[in-house]
Amino acid sequence: MNVIPIRSSSEIRLTVNGRPVTLEVRPEALLLDVLRDRLQLKGARRSCDMQVCGACTVLVDGAPVSACTYLAVEADGREVLTVEGLADGDRLDPLQEAFIEHGAVQCGFCTAGMLLTAKALLAEEPSPSPARVAEYLRGNLCRCTGYRKILDAILACAAPGGGTR
Amino acid sequence: MPRLHVDRLRSGDGSEDEYRVVERTGLAAWDATTALTVVGRPYPRVEGAEKVTGRACYAGDVRLAGLLHARVLRSPLPHARIRRIDTAAAEALPGVHAVLGTHSAPAIRWYPDGLLFDRTLRFVGDEVAAVAAESEETAADALRLVAVEYEPLPFVVGLEAALRPEAPPVREGGNLVGPPKVYARGDAEAALREAPVVIDETYTTQTALHNCLEPHGCTATWDGERLTLWDSTQSVFDVRERVAETLGLPEHRVRVIKHHMGGGFGSKQIAWKHAVIAALLARRAGRPVRLMLDREAENLAAGNRNATRQRVRLGATRDGTLTAISARIEQDTGAYLVGGEGSNTSAIYQTLYRCPNVTTEQVGVYTNTGPAVAFRAPGHVEGAFALESAMDELARALDMDPLALRLRNYAEADQRRGRPYTTPDGLRLCYERAAAEFGWRRDRRPSGQGSRRRGIGMAAHDWGGSGYPPGYAWVKLNGDGSAEVVTGTQDIGTGTRTGLTQIAAEELGLPLERVLLHLGDTATGVYAPVSAGSATQATIGPAVRAAAAEARRQLLEAAATMLEAAPADLQLREGTIRVAGAPDRALDVADVTRRIAPHMIQGHGARGPNPDGKAVRTFGAQCVEVEVDVDTGEVSVLRVVASHECGRIVNPTLVDSQVLGAVTQGVGFALMEERVVDAGGVVLNANLEEYKVPTAPDVPAVVHARVDRPDPEANATGAKGIGEPPLVPTAPAIANAVFDAVGVRIRHTPLSRRRLLAALAAHRPEPA
Ligand code: FES
Ligand code: FES
Repeated sequence: MNVIPIRSSSEIRLTVNGRPVTLEVRPEALLLDVLRDRLQLKGARRSCDMQVCGACTVLVDGAPVSACTYLAVEADGREVLTVEGLADGDRLDPLQEAFIEHGAVQCGFCTAGMLLTAKALLAEEPSPSPARVAEYLRGNLCRCTGYRKILDAILACAAPGGGTR
Repeated sequence: MPRLHVDRLRSGDGSEDEYRVVERTGLAAWDATTALTVVGRPYPRVEGAEKVTGRACYAGDVRLAGLLHARVLRSPLPHARIRRIDTAAAEALPGVHAVLGTHSAPAIRWYPDGLLFDRTLRFVGDEVAAVAAESEETAADALRLVAVEYEPLPFVVGLEAALRPEAPPVREGGNLVGPPKVYARGDAEAALREAPVVIDETYTTQTALHNCLEPHGCTATWDGERLTLWDSTQSVFDVRERVAETLGLPEHRVRVIKHHMGGGFGSKQIAWKHAVIAALLARRAGRPVRLMLDREAENLAAGNRNATRQRVRLGATRDGTLTAISARIEQDTGAYLVGGEGSNTSAIYQTLYRCPNVTTEQVGVYTNTGPAVAFRAPGHVEGAFALESAMDELARALDMDPLALRLRNYAEADQRRGRPYTTPDGLRLCYERAAAEFGWRRDRRPSGQGSRRRGIGMAAHDWGGSGYPPGYAWVKLNGDGSAEVVTGTQDIGTGTRTGLTQIAAEELGLPLERVLLHLGDTATGVYAPVSAGSATQATIGPAVRAAAAEARRQLLEAAATMLEAAPADLQLREGTIRVAGAPDRALDVADVTRRIAPHMIQGHGARGPNPDGKAVRTFGAQCVEVEVDVDTGEVSVLRVVASHECGRIVNPTLVDSQVLGAVTQGVGFALMEERVVDAGGVVLNANLEEYKVPTAPDVPAVVHARVDRPDPEANATGAKGIGEPPLVPTAPAIANAVFDAVGVRIRHTPLSRRRLLAALAAHRPEPA
């Protein structure tokens, strides 16, 4: 006999891409579903659903998290940045420009996660080495590009000094 | 305008006559001497901004009022009959709007011998029931309330087990998909008996999972008797046809749209059950329905690359001339035949080398696991691993350079049809470019330090990629001198939008920004075939060019009147029309279109036929260097040089991307990817955690040594396909390099640490 638990909602207040948002969410609601279905921010994508592929990556208080396994209630009181918030109005973020220029985008399904992960890396370490960038991206899978052009695009946005290896 | 000829081919034997349709465009092909300004340049993707901002719309992103979420209940058993199914509790759950199962769904035929919801289930993951509910959570809750009583049936997993005489039958009639497919030219058995050097080995390849980052799925909505489906598919027209047929709707009432998709790699080249299930749930609920597979379902029930076992025999003379090729191939079809492009593992044995005596025998085997479907160069990847490994073994047996052996034997003609290739030297060029860029040296000795050994290896391939008729496009010029191109093809992530826009802009003499291409919609687009077989650019590119040429002709005629010149004296470049020799007599394209607006210039284009009497083919060769750690069994691919002949390169960035991505998938296939099924028929790694795909640190340095040479006999653009081929030679090149490094031959993919360590242990001489 299966028992369906009764769930009650609670109110959360957070900032999403700079705007304050107040929402009623069920305790088991995932941040990814709240962003995609409630806030219509579709840039974060569902792929592996178990914190392996990085397609759902968003930044919470500047740190990359997998929204597919992050409870919406955990985001209460925090700042969430999604790919929709990267550009400044019509002005793309340099990482977005570099992804286009370097051909780092193919099907585009991994792109939002890649961009936000790269954003976090460069905020932490402005001039990472190529090997460091590759290592940092280990949790972001891409089935199309073979990663090379993604790494090139990120390195093009890094401050000089990271070396060539 | 393309001219359509229909010939009646009278059967003469009472069966129905057939018709042959040929559409000729009369366009002279762009050859190596044609000066092109837009085609050939590395333009960034035209949809890049949509994708980096998150705006790009995928199948599960469509916003619709009242959208419901669907989930599918899947069989927990590898083979069973449903004795009883009760969905009453699920239906009664608040928030549930529709439930479908064997007992309640219409009896829609699926697979050659089953139903959409069948009482017999043949693999873990087979569809049992489906629900649509207000939220994902409610849908999941409802599935738990479906009560099913299963009668377990005997089952079989794996090729070898399924071929045993006492194996439980996957379906009545046994486990062979059909009689073996046999091909023969000459007499391979006799040639093998006479050959002074013979290789006779058996190779196996694993079941691999596509793992597109976007799973299969769709959103469906009804408007009265009209159905719209946003599907993640490689073929909007095939989905429309299948859905219309199964639901008994006329095709014009079904609209299939695909704006963007998160990869397909062959797995989305057919209409899958989810599209029909979503449509049925939406009709029953009277609300739109989204049905996206989760990762587990994706890896159980949305296709795979079939495992193979291949016994390969090669015969050669002492000077290294191939005299015989024989292959006996068994492949694991899974539980059902799903259609689409089959895995033709035999093909590469028949075509890659010049050889008078060739026999192939290929048999598909049913097992109680998820069905196989095309996966990027289906069959060729599997066949090349065995054939190109065997060629390396032959080179060793002859004490010959593997490159020299291949240069002596590669084919310059299609021996199956007795036709020369349009580029008979295509493969030679690839060998030469790859070897030169890599620094391939016969006399090079394996090197190493401590437990690490380095070695080099190579492999080659051929592939179709010619494109084919039919395929259509329209071009319309707006009053402001901008142009729109409309076609029913789809961009599956490869860059089709960009490549086709370049073709149109080139022919129209317009800058790229003044051309916009629409695709992926059956309601607005003209027919184009499935995006598969690396054929899209070579199929639709010429159709787009033909449509643009027709618009250009009308544009120049109108301009000629305005400029009081003959159309033949006009030049069109960068959006400006000039009278030759009179630079001051010029008009912008917009000056012409504005003056005639709202009358409109339109061009219609069709894909012309492939050349008569010749065969169009693509080729490639790759050289790799690996490092093997003999203590851990770990193989690292250090560098890959890839050279591929795909005709004219329309956009070097896009082609480089196909090569890099395919080589990376090749590294995954060679070293890490493998679906693992336990003795109970359960897939142990139906997720992205335990099914390993290459990550950023796994990727070697890849150099694409481009062969950018138009093939004007192939079609009017001179471009051929590149999407699949660069995956084909990577795995055998790696296996050959591993042998070079450590002297053990691994005849099974993936070349896992476990396999390597076992082989190294067996190879080591017994301690005295
Ligand atoms: S979907 Fe969240 S990490 Fe893959
Ligand atoms: S671009 Fe397709 S998954 Fe990365």
